[in-house]
Formats: sequence, C-alpha cells, structure tokens
Amino acid sequence: MQTALRTALPETELASLANFAPQTRVVREERPAQASGLPLSIRGLRKSFGDNEVLRGIDLHIPAGQFVAIVGKSGCGKSTLLRLIAGLEKIDAGSISFADEVKAEDIRVMFQEPRLLPWARVLANVEVGLGRDRASKDADARAEKALNEVGLADKRDQWPSVLSGGQKQRVALARALVSRPRVLAFDEPLGALDALTRISMQRLLERVWRDQGFTAILVTHDVAEAVALADRVLVIEDGRIAHDVTVNAARPRERGSAELASLEGSILRHLLSAEDRT
Amino acid sequence: MSLIDSIALPRNFRLPRADGLVQWIVPLGIIVVWQIACVTGFVPTRVLPAPSDVALAGWKLLLSGELVRNIWVSFWRASIGFLIGGSIGFAFGLANGLSQLSAKLTDTTLQMVRNVPHLALIPLVILWFGIDESAKLFLVALGVFFPIYLNTLHGIRTVDPQLIEMGRIYGMTDSELFRRVIFPGALPSIFVGIRFALGIMWLTLIVAETIAASSGLGYMAMQAREFMLIDVVVLSILIYALLGKLADSASRVLERATLSWHPAFQKR
Repeated sequence: MQTALRTALPETELASLANFAPQTRVVREERPAQASGLPLSIRGLRKSFGDNEVLRGIDLHIPAGQFVAIVGKSGCGKSTLLRLIAGLEKIDAGSISFADEVKAEDIRVMFQEPRLLPWARVLANVEVGLGRDRASKDADARAEKALNEVGLADKRDQWPSVLSGGQKQRVALARALVSRPRVLAFDEPLGALDALTRISMQRLLERVWRDQGFTAILVTHDVAEAVALADRVLVIEDGRIAHDVTVNAARPRERGSAELASLEGSILRHLLSAEDRT
Repeated sequence: MSLIDSIALPRNFRLPRADGLVQWIVPLGIIVVWQIACVTGFVPTRVLPAPSDVALAGWKLLLSGELVRNIWVSFWRASIGFLIGGSIGFAFGLANGLSQLSAKLTDTTLQMVRNVPHLALIPLVILWFGIDESAKLFLVALGVFFPIYLNTLHGIRTVDPQLIEMGRIYGMTDSELFRRVIFPGALPSIFVGIRFALGIMWLTLIVAETIAASSGLGYMAMQAREFMLIDVVVLSILIYALLGKLADSASRVLERATLSWHPAFQKR
C-alpha cells in the first residue's frame, strides 16, 4: 500500500492542481485490505446549552468506512453533533457507541481553523498528532509519511506562518492522519479556503479516505461539497435528522455532473423551504 | 514593545543595509552640535561642559579605576535585583495564570501593592536596611516584579484557547501542554514585560543610588555635584543612557533567538 501511495502521489497532485478534466483522474479501484473504519451507533442523543436545546433526539447508525456529510443551516446543531461524536462535549442524554473499544488516537477532528502551533515547525506540528507515541523513535518517520500523503514533504522544516491557508489545512490533515485514526470528524475544514483550493482539498480528502478507509464525518454548509464527497448526506433541522439521503454516484466523481447537481438541488430546495417555513 | 512596533511595519518594509550604523547618526549628530555650541561659547561650560571635557573626565576616572568600579557595582546591583524580582514576578504570573485559586488568593493583594509607587518606599527601606546593598536590591526587585508579573499573567491568559483545546484532543498531558502550547504562546508577552522591567530597573537603581549609597554610578554623580565637577555628572548621565541601550539590545537578541517562529522576527 505504501509503495502504491508513493508512486501515485505526484500524479494525483498534478491532477488536483492542474485541471479538473476527467482523463487526468487517478483511478484507484481496490480498497486496502485492512479496512480500518469504525462503525458507530447513536441512540436518542440530546444536548442543550442552558435553555437552548440544540439536539433533540438523534438516532443514527454509521457503518464502518462510510463517508457521511452533515448539512443544515447555521445553528441547527450539526457542529454540536460532531463535537459530541469526537468527545469534545458531554452528552446530556442518549448514547454514542463504537463497535470496538476506542483509544483517543482512533478518533481525530479537523477544524475550520488549522490550529497549528505557530512556534513549532511543520514536522513537529504533525508529530503532535501521534498522541502518546510522540516520543517514540519512529515519530519522525511517521510524521514524514503523513506529510508525504498530503504532498507537503518539502515543507517539513518551515514555520506555519509562511504557509498558505490551503497548505496549513493540509498540515492539519496530516496531523489528523498520522495516528491512523478509525474515525475522522471534519468540522467545516474547507470553509475558509478559496474555491480552487477547496476543490483540490476535496480531492485530497476523498483520496486519503479511499486509501485509509476510515469512517469520515463531514460537517459542511456547502451542499455541493457534501454530495461530491459523501456516500450519505444527513440534513439536520431543529436538532433532528430531517433527511437521510444516499448518494450513489460512482467514484471518483465528476464535479458538476447532472446527477450530483440534481441531488444538490433537491437538498437545497429542502433546506430553503424549511427556512421559509420558520 | 518591539513586537508591537514590528507588527505595525508594512510587510514589504526593508531595513537599510547599514542598519547598525544608521541608528547612531542622530546621537552622534547631537554630540557634534553640542561640541560646537560649547566651543563657540554659545553654551557656557558652567551650564554644560563640552563633550570633549566629559570624555576627558571619563578617561581620568577610567585610569584611576573609579569608573570601572562604580559601573561594576551598579551593574551588579541591577542584575541581581532584576533576577530576584523577575523570577518572583514570573513565578506569580505563572501561578496566577494557571490556577484560579492562586489568582483569587493573591491577585488583589498584588494589585494593591502595585499601585504604591515603589520609590515612595525609599524612606522606609532606608530605615529597614540602612544604605546597605540589600536596600537597593529590594527596591530594584520590587520595581521589576510588576511588569514581569503582569505581562506573564496576561500572556498566559491570552494563549489561543483553540490551541489549548487542540492540545487536549491530541492527548497532551498538563506539563506537555504547558511546555508546548502555553509557555511558547505567552513568551512574546513575557518579553514585553522584560523590556519594561529593564527600564524600571535602571530608573529605580539610579534614584536609590543618588539618595543613599556609598558606591555606584548614582553615588559618583552625587559626589561630583558636591565638588562642582559638572563634567562627571554629565558623564554619569551618558553612561546611564548607554547601559540602558545595552540592556535593551540584550533583550532584543534574546527575543530574536526565541521568537524566530514569529512573523515579526523572521528575516524578510
């Protein structure tokens, strides 16, 4: 798997940077043997902040390795759901259970801000992601491999302040990937990027997800991004799952295809009509 | 202070190549004008001796060994007082920045003490310690304590909470979190405190030495006044200026060495 990755990397980089024509896509059919994703089940999940009930009973099962996108208007509770799954907030009622016993390193979060340590070089920032393995001897090698996966191996000795916004987010992605997580939660990770960088980052996310097979949960306000990346799109309204849409389009997906566009349209119509009702 | 100055510079600002020399043009120019004013009799030498006379006085004192001895005594008092006051201030800043309990317990008291001008304590300090070394060290330490305490506290309180959350998510222990996130994040602010403290250090020492001392630069100036040696008085003042500049440069060097990650300190 590693060798396949290395050789495939320059091509994918090119594909993501040069243009978006279909013939330059790198097709990777077979999934790695060790599908490392973790399934999770959520039962009757509730969460309030003071008097404000943000989540009002969420029931959800996510199979191992699925790419789930959560959309909804701001304040609908989608980020709260993600933070609960990642263990960043305390659950008021209900449960979130994973099939296996999980270690802290199995679940990683990527935020809208890169949250890199400005006083640590890029490589050291990636090593932060190793958790308790930070002090181990192969820490450098593992961090370098993760940097390689996001195409930033040559930036290992730079300060974060000299990187562009997209590069910082890629370092943050490498930091999240370096411990080989089984669940990766994305909290609008591309929200602050410009349109072209967004698209190349989306391709990168899709590629590492296909390579590593983790369960991906992406919170986004961009419906086009959700249908382009996810196997399944959840629409959250008033603290409940209002819609559960399966996206069957074949991968790798072509942006702007009629199939995705019509799906995007119907989800958007739903979100907007809900807006009109309130 | 320099941190804020440098941030305010536009990104494409380039320092001239002869930076090291440019900064001395104004001081040297002032000395030249001063010399001309004295030689032509525009300024009577009873009011202000010519720079050449001041240099001559300095040379004589240097030969007698008096100058070096007094500078050394003042320098020693300043550094020891700074170390004592600075470390206590740093320790309290850390404790109160990291622990709510400690902050509740001591912050109010410290804020009250802070508002007493520490030089107002000179009569009391002389009664306690006489004109001994400990009196000067006590005053310098007290003066240095507050800027370092306040800026350390401020630095720790304002470390980006998102970075702290990130550190916790990635399983950092408390000591690791301090070493890798909180302390480096507070460092720019701590340096602002150090540079303020260096200024206060000289101010306190000079006042203390002028009022009650039997050695040191302040004492040298006061002695000279009694014998109407105005050139030595001016010499002492100029040495203060140089020592202050030296302390400031030292803290800049430290800043550059430890804050090389900061955009304001990167070579452009």
